[in-house]
Amino acid sequence: MPEFWINMGPQHPMTHGLWNMKVKVDGETIVDAKPEIGYLHRGYEKIMEVREFQKNVVLTDRLCYVSSITWSHAYCLAVEKMMGIETPERGQWIRVISLELQRIASHLMWLASYGPDLGLLTGLLWALRERELFLDLIQLMSGARMNQNFPRVGGVRNDLPENFEAMCRRSIEHFLEKYENEYQAIFQESKVFRMRTEGVGKITVEEAINWGITGPNLRACGVDVDLRRLDPYETYGEIDFEPQVWHDGGAGDSYARFVCRFNELRESCQIVLQALKKMPKTGPYRVKPPRRAEGEGYAKTEDSRGEALFYVIGDGDDRPYRVKIRSPVFCTMAATPTLLRGNKLADVVSILGSVDVCVGEMDK
Amino acid sequence: MSAPLVPDLFGLCKVLTAAIIWIVQQIIYALAGPIPPLAGLGDFLGTDFVITLVTWLIVVTVVVLWVTVINLFTIMWVERKLYSRLQDRYGIMISVWSLPFWPFNRTRRPTHRGTGYLQNLADGIKLIQKENITPRNADSAMFHISPVLIASSTLMAFAVLPWSSGFYVANLDLGILFILAAFSLAPLGILIAGWSANNKYTLVGGLRAAAMLLSYSIPAVLAVIALVFFTGSLNPIVIVGQQDRPIVLAGTTLPIPAWYVFGPQFLGFLVFTVAMIAEMERVPFDIPEAEAELVEGWTTEYSGMRFGIVFAFKWLRMLAASGLISILYLGGWSGPVFATVFVGSIPIPIFPEEFWFVLRVYGLSAFFVVLSWSVPRVRIDQILNIGWKRLIPYSLLAILIAAGFRVLG
Repeated sequence: MPEFWINMGPQHPMTHGLWNMKVKVDGETIVDAKPEIGYLHRGYEKIMEVREFQKNVVLTDRLCYVSSITWSHAYCLAVEKMMGIETPERGQWIRVISLELQRIASHLMWLASYGPDLGLLTGLLWALRERELFLDLIQLMSGARMNQNFPRVGGVRNDLPENFEAMCRRSIEHFLEKYENEYQAIFQESKVFRMRTEGVGKITVEEAINWGITGPNLRACGVDVDLRRLDPYETYGEIDFEPQVWHDGGAGDSYARFVCRFNELRESCQIVLQALKKMPKTGPYRVKPPRRAEGEGYAKTEDSRGEALFYVIGDGDDRPYRVKIRSPVFCTMAATPTLLRGNKLADVVSILGSVDVCVGEMDK
Repeated sequence: MSAPLVPDLFGLCKVLTAAIIWIVQQIIYALAGPIPPLAGLGDFLGTDFVITLVTWLIVVTVVVLWVTVINLFTIMWVERKLYSRLQDRYGIMISVWSLPFWPFNRTRRPTHRGTGYLQNLADGIKLIQKENITPRNADSAMFHISPVLIASSTLMAFAVLPWSSGFYVANLDLGILFILAAFSLAPLGILIAGWSANNKYTLVGGLRAAAMLLSYSIPAVLAVIALVFFTGSLNPIVIVGQQDRPIVLAGTTLPIPAWYVFGPQFLGFLVFTVAMIAEMERVPFDIPEAEAELVEGWTTEYSGMRFGIVFAFKWLRMLAASGLISILYLGGWSGPVFATVFVGSIPIPIFPEEFWFVLRVYGLSAFFVVLSWSVPRVRIDQILNIGWKRLIPYSLLAILIAAGFRVLG
């Protein structure tokens, strides 16, 4: 049989979103791959130039619809740096809690989609079941399950609700119990799961850095890079946590990426618990930002999928002159031919599922 | 000490046929008064040839209805309900209480509280109503033939698979071989389907099915060969009869039935079970229709009831494979209790052989369902590795063990 191209997308169960992965196969082996993106391009950087600073938060919420708060937060941080204001301490702690809850919800969504990628539909339903817990917490905090519009320039929209700490503790306790007993059994301890993920989609550290891969995907290669640790924003500097880095052999494969993300679920739970303990009980959570601003603001944060970067320029007007967004998935997508080449056709799902694609932020 | 509910399906159907033909004969003889040539037709209907022919038709119809209507619907319901419970949800709920007319649609009984048995019927009605789309560039004849080939080859297995010592269509001396041969026909249909649809996904799926076939069929047959060292027969009824006794070890009778799985055939049992999971295309080995990378694999282009046929045949294969495993290794329809009640002078068993057999078939099916909903799918090269590097050596080892035990007594 001659080599031929297979379109995996734009309408395909493998694509979690709207994009196209062209794969050239020789029998079952992939010889070449070509990602085609842009189906969801909405011109974010341009739209944001015609809206006021605060109103752009509504847009950045929709950059990645499973990880809204982290993106809005990155934008707010950049605007705050440009304006030269700082969030009150309690506001920073609330931001940390919301970021980590959002990270857990986002990673659970990734876990849920990784299950059926490998033929394990039970994983989808179990992960979505626990995701509800965290969506409920986010809803309690911000009032919405999706597109929360919670971070504000200068703080957060509202204070934590009453009794939030107790509810948070209860949910996390319940989640960790399921995590230790059920998720470990169905994913990490499953022989077939390891057969499917170990040794596929390998990428070396040099290649990963050259392609601009960041976040859990780079930590899976064995590089200890975590912006929450290296360049602490908000109050991450006061929190004691361990970035999940894959140190053992076989670094850079799908299994390492899975383990890094999977362990981050537990680590984020610990961060939330610590933050709840350390945060001041009362105090302001927001400052009023100036209406107009001039200057440049630059913020990079550790998003659920890698390094999110916002670069905002103000020209003295009440809206940004220019906004630049750096999406981690966009850079990872460029590396997919490197990841895929030489693997089997069935590995496309196990590789692209493990890098956690979010089309919203990729196409911007 | 066994007692089937249907002691002789063929005899029973023959009595039924004879009764029907007798009635038809009487009508024809009555008509033969004014129309004399009809008397000859009446005599012809009464001959043994016609009665046997019609009996065969009725026997086949009874077994096909029993398999495809009763058992297929039940096994689909069991699977869908069981994996829903595994996933912490209710699952299917359409039942008689969902029917849109009196007396079922009572307001106090919401439709979402049913047991879900009619969901598959509703799905079937929906599929029949849908359009059958044939891709423009498909090989139309082949595309339409392959679902028939797949479904009929699977039903062929049930021609020989007995449900009790009396409930079967045909009793062949090479019955097990026939079932295995019928099983191996379906991948041919899958290959035809994958090729004829003229779609890259279906083509890859069809070729995967063909590549998989050898890697699991050979170990299955080798495991049966290991078993034949002990049974000396390939007749399912003889094989079950040999297992219907307790184990006698060193002169003492143990309270364990002498199923072939308890003993030197255990390795063969494991190999055969794994091969059968691949044979019925269930999740760890369902790579021909890996829905994550191949959309729906070789079934991608089928729509309407043709999709229903190629989708439902997997459950039929699961039934046949479970039945085969229980006949070969788990004692078939032998059971501990065959209490009978007498209606007049006819003994009717309360727990007949069919009950014990169906119990085993559904137990095994439930095991396969739970297994396939808790593991991911393996890759094509991995299943070839499992087949050629694990199952075949293990089945050869099983043959060696069986031969050794046979020689030593």
